[in-house]
Amino acid sequence: MAQPFVKKDDDHDDEMEYSPFMGIEKGAVLQEARVFNDAQVDPRRCSQVITKLLYLLNQGESFTKVEATEVFFSVTKLFQSKDTGLRRMVYLIIKELSPSSDEVIIVTSSLMKDMNSKIDMYRANAIRVLCRIIDGTLLTQIERYLKQAIVDKNPVVSSAALVSGLHLLRTNPEIVKRWSNEVQEGVQSRSALVQFHALALLHQIRQNDRLAVSKLVGSLTRGSVRSPLAQCLLIRYTSQVIRDMSNHGQSGERPFYEFLESCLRHKAEMVILEAARAITELDGVTSRELTPAITVLQLFLSSPKPVLRFAAVRTLNKVSMTHPMAVTNCNIDMESLISDQNRSIATLAITTLLKTGNESSVERLMKQITNFMSDIADEFKIVVVDAIRSLCVKFPLKYRSLMTFLSNILREEGGFEYKRAIVDSIVTIIRDIPDAKEGGLLHLCEFIEDCEFTYLSTQILHFLGIEGPKTSDPSKYIRYIYNRVHLENATVRAAAVSTLAKFGFMVESLKPRITVLLKRCIYDSDDEVRDRATLFLSVLGGDGTLDADKDSKEFMFGSLEAPLANMETSLKNYDPSEEAFDINSVPKEVKSQPLAEKKAQGKKPTGLGAPPAAPASGFEGYERLLSSIPEFAAFGKLFKSSSPVELTEAETEYAVNVVKHIFDNHVVFQYNCTNTIPEQLLERVNVIVDASEAEEFSEVASKALNSLPYDSPGQAFVAFEKPAGVPAVGKFSNTLTFVVKEVDPSTGEAEDDGVEDEYQLEDLEVVSADYMVKVSVSNFRNAWESMNEEDEHVDEYGLGQRESLGEAIKAVIDLLGMQPCEGTETVPSNARSHTCLLSGVYIGNVKVLVRAQFGMDSSKEIAMKLAVRAEDASVAEAIHEIVANG
Amino acid sequence: MELPPKVKNILLLDSEGKRIAAKYYSGDWPTNTAKEAFEKAVFSKTQKTNAHTEVEVTALENNIIVYKFVQDLHFFVSGGEEENELVLASVLQGLFDAVNLLLRGNADKREALDNLDLIFLCFDEIIDGGIVLETDANVIAEKAGINSIDPNAPLSEQTISQALATAREHLTRSLMK
Repeated sequence: MAQPFVKKDDDHDDEMEYSPFMGIEKGAVLQEARVFNDAQVDPRRCSQVITKLLYLLNQGESFTKVEATEVFFSVTKLFQSKDTGLRRMVYLIIKELSPSSDEVIIVTSSLMKDMNSKIDMYRANAIRVLCRIIDGTLLTQIERYLKQAIVDKNPVVSSAALVSGLHLLRTNPEIVKRWSNEVQEGVQSRSALVQFHALALLHQIRQNDRLAVSKLVGSLTRGSVRSPLAQCLLIRYTSQVIRDMSNHGQSGERPFYEFLESCLRHKAEMVILEAARAITELDGVTSRELTPAITVLQLFLSSPKPVLRFAAVRTLNKVSMTHPMAVTNCNIDMESLISDQNRSIATLAITTLLKTGNESSVERLMKQITNFMSDIADEFKIVVVDAIRSLCVKFPLKYRSLMTFLSNILREEGGFEYKRAIVDSIVTIIRDIPDAKEGGLLHLCEFIEDCEFTYLSTQILHFLGIEGPKTSDPSKYIRYIYNRVHLENATVRAAAVSTLAKFGFMVESLKPRITVLLKRCIYDSDDEVRDRATLFLSVLGGDGTLDADKDSKEFMFGSLEAPLANMETSLKNYDPSEEAFDINSVPKEVKSQPLAEKKAQGKKPTGLGAPPAAPASGFEGYERLLSSIPEFAAFGKLFKSSSPVELTEAETEYAVNVVKHIFDNHVVFQYNCTNTIPEQLLERVNVIVDASEAEEFSEVASKALNSLPYDSPGQAFVAFEKPAGVPAVGKFSNTLTFVVKEVDPSTGEAEDDGVEDEYQLEDLEVVSADYMVKVSVSNFRNAWESMNEEDEHVDEYGLGQRESLGEAIKAVIDLLGMQPCEGTETVPSNARSHTCLLSGVYIGNVKVLVRAQFGMDSSKEIAMKLAVRAEDASVAEAIHEIVANG
Repeated sequence: MELPPKVKNILLLDSEGKRIAAKYYSGDWPTNTAKEAFEKAVFSKTQKTNAHTEVEVTALENNIIVYKFVQDLHFFVSGGEEENELVLASVLQGLFDAVNLLLRGNADKREALDNLDLIFLCFDEIIDGGIVLETDANVIAEKAGINSIDPNAPLSEQTISQALATAREHLTRSLMK
């Protein structure tokens, strides 16, 4: 893309493009600005110089303080000219120069004179300029004029005063609040924009008075608001009032819904869109409320105006995340948008369709997308690939057509980010859907045959090394991998050598053949490749004793215990000396992300990108971490680790979250602590746990954290014993105890003496769901039928009144901690009954499947029929017990 | 909470993406470098599209951007991702038509640069600190066009009212001397 750009530039240079600002230079313009000081002001000349100054500022040139002051002073002299055009430019440049408060005094009298001028344009602009540069004390002096201006006959003057009021409200709220009578008058104005500005200001003035806002909205929704902009504003205020009211537990018919609905018939499209959007964003919107909004949006979809189509498809896209069924009516219109000229619209249409589509339409949709993919930019393609990935997780049975689609687009042209998104998606599918593994791996193999990105090739080779040996016929991958050794650059060759070795190590029958292949690699031209080949040859040729095997296994398949980021910091800090670098000194905990990053987490890469980023979180990371601590090593195999639960509010002095690790006989709490105070060093950090509300648990061990410096997270552990195999539950209260030492911020050294202190943390609960691991099955029906029917345990429960079916289902899923299958966790918006399929593995490694049928009657009473099948009948009973107690 | 519709910036770029005039009302782009980077991204994302007939729209970095082109002038108006696209479009249309009126129908880069003062005034009349001030192109053009009368232009090209104004100006000048 850069190529034609450069060329264009050249062409233009040939023509010698004309510009009045050619060769403009700040120094020269500042010289020219002296003309402002001439006794006889030449308005044309001065206007031109001001334009030049504005041009410079607009192009990003900055004036020094002295320069700006000088220009400002000479500009103020221009007030003596009566030329209206020049005055207009003077106003503009004063705003751009934003003079300091001591300079402002020079112009206040001139501006105040203009504020009371007979010329409307002067009044309006003088108000805007003055309010922009004024401070509180001066404001009280001109307040009287501003109030007058608000009710000025000329709408331009009135708007100027109102908009200035909106800006001033931020700095001088108490003064602006005194104007509400005048502003109120403005709301009744005949001028559309005055009404809009007055409404905005009146609402801002009263925004903290909920009752007043509600009254304001109430009176205006009945009256006639003229301007579409004001009407949009009123809609926004109305949805705010609705939100506040529902927060305060008022039930029954939703207030003001009728008003929103009537706005759908407004003549301005702007208002219709605003109202439709407001309705779709109502809390707990019902399908009956949603329908009229969806209908107008559907009409917009076929509008000739791109902005309308975009607005409609964007809103529907959002709705499809929460109410996919409500949007299905628009699917036909949406499908025609796939070929829309505007690619933003096409992409939104595609992603919406992917969300609303049902299992049967997947194939047809994929066909349409295939035509569409070839002519859109990479960034749009990535959005589509992401949508396909989630579709595949939702409909595992359709993995074949989706996988075919992904492998097809993988073969086509595309940039790195795009290719990576595809590879990541394939990897995710392979991980989530066991049936897709062999086919997916072959697609990846084919891809690396012709892959121009070293990074992707090495990542795929690594992944092959882990997954390939576990397949039914590992030997078929060898050819692909060995080809890399011949045809690629050194980095990929080295990765291929490692992968080969993994096959040789894991698959005994392949060992001799792999050894032959590796032997050929020891003559490679690159030393890293040679070194790896030699190393792996000796590993493979090992004596086969158990110990040696374990070591080599650890070496080849174990990953670094410490996160790479910590490793990097430690290595940077390492001072080359006599003492060798000790890998055990690298902190193993993952740094908790700063708040800003947490927000961006939504875009967290999954698939290949994710695992190397945070090796110490995630199940395998926890497993390694715990087994490396002698106190816990004897607890046996880790069954489940919960996701971190925050025990402190955000932005407190010490941030602590806890991970619950469940073993067969034990529970270990891992407290991840972060010290957010730079002036403190914490030592002997321990968590005192009171388990008096958890009778079945008894504390057996704890591991304190010796030192917790600023912003460098550490962990403390407390372990409990519990009855074996029993899903014991209980509540624990936690107190953080530690010794605080002051740190000198300049030297970073801590004082010797510390003070003991403690910090109350929030309570922690161990619940039944902690004993259940989410495991998805690709074909629920097969899995269900393969389980013994006689072990099925069925019972019925009343779940009481609920907001909606979806809410009841979510509550049951959260209670059981199981994996919803086949997208059955989403409920069609108008459904009165629904079946949800869940699967999981219960403590003791017992596979559990659940079919939960929900029904809702007219009074929103929800009943559930729960059928549980488990490999162990007692577990099926236990599940029922959880529900009965929950 | 800020509820009134807000405009984050107005951009007027040339056919190579260079800034002719720009006004930022939000702190999202604190430095000139950030502004230029944003302009470059907006330009390269939209340059291949045909926005000569209808107002077009796209999303970029959590912003909604509406745009329209005429000759070698590219007009953009940006707002937050929650903003009503049609409000932004009405601002853009107001700006676009007003500039066309002020440049007397032959809006291109050269005319725009020759009348940059009018463009700046136009921006100033449409948005005040991010708040929509006026969207009617005729009103904007009228307010910004106070000194658009070129006294040197041949009389035949001027409307009667312009001619009258010019005459009045000449008269006052000669009286003042």
